[in-house]
Amino acid sequence: MAEYVDGISEKALGDFLSESQEIVESLNRDILKFDDHLKRGFKDPELINNVFRSAHSLKGLAGMFGAEKMAELSHTLETLLDGLRLGRVAASVEIVDVLFESIELFNRLIAELSAGPEVPRRDLKTLLGRIERSASRSQMVTDMSPLELIDLDPAISSVLTEYEEHRLVDNIRQRVRLFKVRACFDLMSFDEGLAGLTAELKKLGEVITTLPSAEGVEENTIRFDFIVGSEASPGEFEERLAGMSVEVELIPRKDGYGADRGEASEDLPVEPIADGISLRSVSQTVRVEIAKLDSLMNIVGELVLVRTRMNEISEQLRAEKGFTGLAIELFKTARTFERKLDELRSGIMEVRMVPLGQNFEKLSRMVRKLSRSTGKKVELRIRGADTELDKLIVEDLADPLMHILRNAFDHGIEPVDERVRAGKSPQGIIDMNAFQKGNHVVIEIADDGRGVDFEKLKARAVAMGIEDPERLGELGRRELMNFLFMPGFSTSDEVSEISGRGVGLDVVKNNIANLSGVIDIYSDPGKGTRIVITLPVTLAIIRALIVRACDQTYAIPLSSVLEIICIDADALRTIERREVIELRGSTLPLLRLENAFDLRAGQTGSREEGLYVVVAGLAENRLGIAVDGLIGQQDIVIKSLGRSLSQVPGVAGATSLASQQTILVLDVAALIEETLAREA
Amino acid sequence: MTGQDAKRQGTASILALVVEDSPTMRQLLGFALRRIKGLRVVEADDGVDGLKKMAEERFDILITDINMPVMDGLKLVGLVRKDERYKNIPIVIITTEGAAEDRQRAMNLGANAYITKPIQAPQVVACVRELLEARSGRLDIEET
Repeated sequence: MAEYVDGISEKALGDFLSESQEIVESLNRDILKFDDHLKRGFKDPELINNVFRSAHSLKGLAGMFGAEKMAELSHTLETLLDGLRLGRVAASVEIVDVLFESIELFNRLIAELSAGPEVPRRDLKTLLGRIERSASRSQMVTDMSPLELIDLDPAISSVLTEYEEHRLVDNIRQRVRLFKVRACFDLMSFDEGLAGLTAELKKLGEVITTLPSAEGVEENTIRFDFIVGSEASPGEFEERLAGMSVEVELIPRKDGYGADRGEASEDLPVEPIADGISLRSVSQTVRVEIAKLDSLMNIVGELVLVRTRMNEISEQLRAEKGFTGLAIELFKTARTFERKLDELRSGIMEVRMVPLGQNFEKLSRMVRKLSRSTGKKVELRIRGADTELDKLIVEDLADPLMHILRNAFDHGIEPVDERVRAGKSPQGIIDMNAFQKGNHVVIEIADDGRGVDFEKLKARAVAMGIEDPERLGELGRRELMNFLFMPGFSTSDEVSEISGRGVGLDVVKNNIANLSGVIDIYSDPGKGTRIVITLPVTLAIIRALIVRACDQTYAIPLSSVLEIICIDADALRTIERREVIELRGSTLPLLRLENAFDLRAGQTGSREEGLYVVVAGLAENRLGIAVDGLIGQQDIVIKSLGRSLSQVPGVAGATSLASQQTILVLDVAALIEETLAREA
Repeated sequence: MTGQDAKRQGTASILALVVEDSPTMRQLLGFALRRIKGLRVVEADDGVDGLKKMAEERFDILITDINMPVMDGLKLVGLVRKDERYKNIPIVIITTEGAAEDRQRAMNLGANAYITKPIQAPQVVACVRELLEARSGRLDIEET
């Protein structure tokens, strides 16, 4: 790259990496579809052409940037895919496999280029060999081109690409009727008309080529000729396009096929092609680095402080001068500013949101691979792939989700014979479901496997010296399940290649906790296990409740505040030396921050006149936090505390208030967990 | 530099259209082409977009990729050569080594030159410069 042009290398390299990443992701999506089509005996030439084009683009980019391994891989892949799209290579399971492996290698190569681990050359060589072998094994012999069977205008045949020519030949072979459609559009707005007509034609069959022409047309118009392969009869075809002001002409065959209804298509039917594909679906986007959005968000955070200060000044002015003149003006301006700031904030937030689907695709690929290598039959059902979350959260979720799924696959779903003996269907099912619930996103992963063996779990807890045998009897399932999240805990007897032994759920839990989320696990022995992850939609900016307790000011993320109540001192009760409160018939543990953070109780410690309790909840858990006073709500940007303080449990970070005061933000998930742990 | 600046300096004002579906490649091509004094680059991301841009403005040179979604480079070249306004416009196609057949078709349709990927900035500049000079019959195309 350095020899191309100096000075833009670094930025261009970043662009190259993100574009490659995008291409590989779309390649993955297309190959998944291709795999599905292959299984169902369905052909979609356009899809294979897309896959080819992705490899082609990667090759061009990799060559530009001197990414040799990537260039080699995409070149070999391009050759295979070219054969596939031109009908010289037949599609097979083996080819789908090497395509998936190529995606994995592409991902590793992209990681290598962004300073990740080096990909050994032999890994590349092995795969290249496999791609080449799979191509030569599936080689097809093609007979002479039957192009002479139709009369085609040389002006058309001269501009066909090799691929289009192949598609034309394929349509002729399959005895599909060929139509020539001609339409004129206004030169200034032809793209819209063209997109509309193309979408309509795709409903009728395959659009083999689209040829623009400026000859013999009125000024400021442009003509397009389409060649369309369709099963429709000439009458139907014309009828469907009535009202679109097009000329339709059947291209006659010299062997007479297709002239009348009923003669066509003794061979294969034409595949239905998805309709409504927008011509412009690939453009109109800009790629932005997350860091840039972060800095924008920081500016918004600072503006929030300005807004608060502005409101304070406005209040003060009103108090001093009354609600007249400048005071009114300032008040109005502050209100407008507030509204626009809100719009700006939600605008930036929206940009950061990406669908969870990109993770799910990786997971379904993994399940597919595991199924093949272990012989277990598992179907992964995915719902809610379009649920959106902050890009950073989505990225950090990839590993935990993969781990949970591997656990479900390895420890949850039984081998086929065991399932049959238990009266279950031979194929196991893992359900992944994501949905938004208020300010949170919930992801559930449920399997219909053997569930957790509680006896084994107890035995293991005793063996590891975690729990006394006597106390075990008193523990409920929920407490027992908590063992699973302990470091080094495992009930698996054998070490498997998939999940390994004992490394996992504790790491998963920490990862989720780092995203301010919680993870719950439920299990029915013999029936299956369900893991529920609850996550905030974003971490970038949150609305918080500002409270006072023990002479300190704290922020509590509003997303986890359920309600605020004021209780009489005598509503407090103590059970087993723990303070609890009664709320609508259920008992909540009460947390005093002075206990959690080892502070001396504040001056107003008597609290005879009553007590404010912030009821916080995450997933199924509830906790009351005692506070001395409520200050108000505010948007805050959470800043990290730095390494020395980052390990303090119960604190998510710090934030600044308009008064320049820095306060701590409570980590509700951690506080709940700690309180529940102390109870147990 | 805008076209007007270029005129003031006495050099040609040149409008180039780059049609290429990869944003990174577009950017690199644009970067190279701007080395030519007085040249302004307009970018299009596929054949249809290219056609639209060509209807909106009058270009002095067309640089296009072949393999693109929506509408490929061959169709664009085929049309442009038949368009009265663009009969003599120099056309450069960007191709890959393997795509000999499509490259040959593009040349038959009237492309004037081709550049093979991976492209080199000096190669792009030299090729475009040569074509512009040949068309105008002048030898005053300068590099900045």
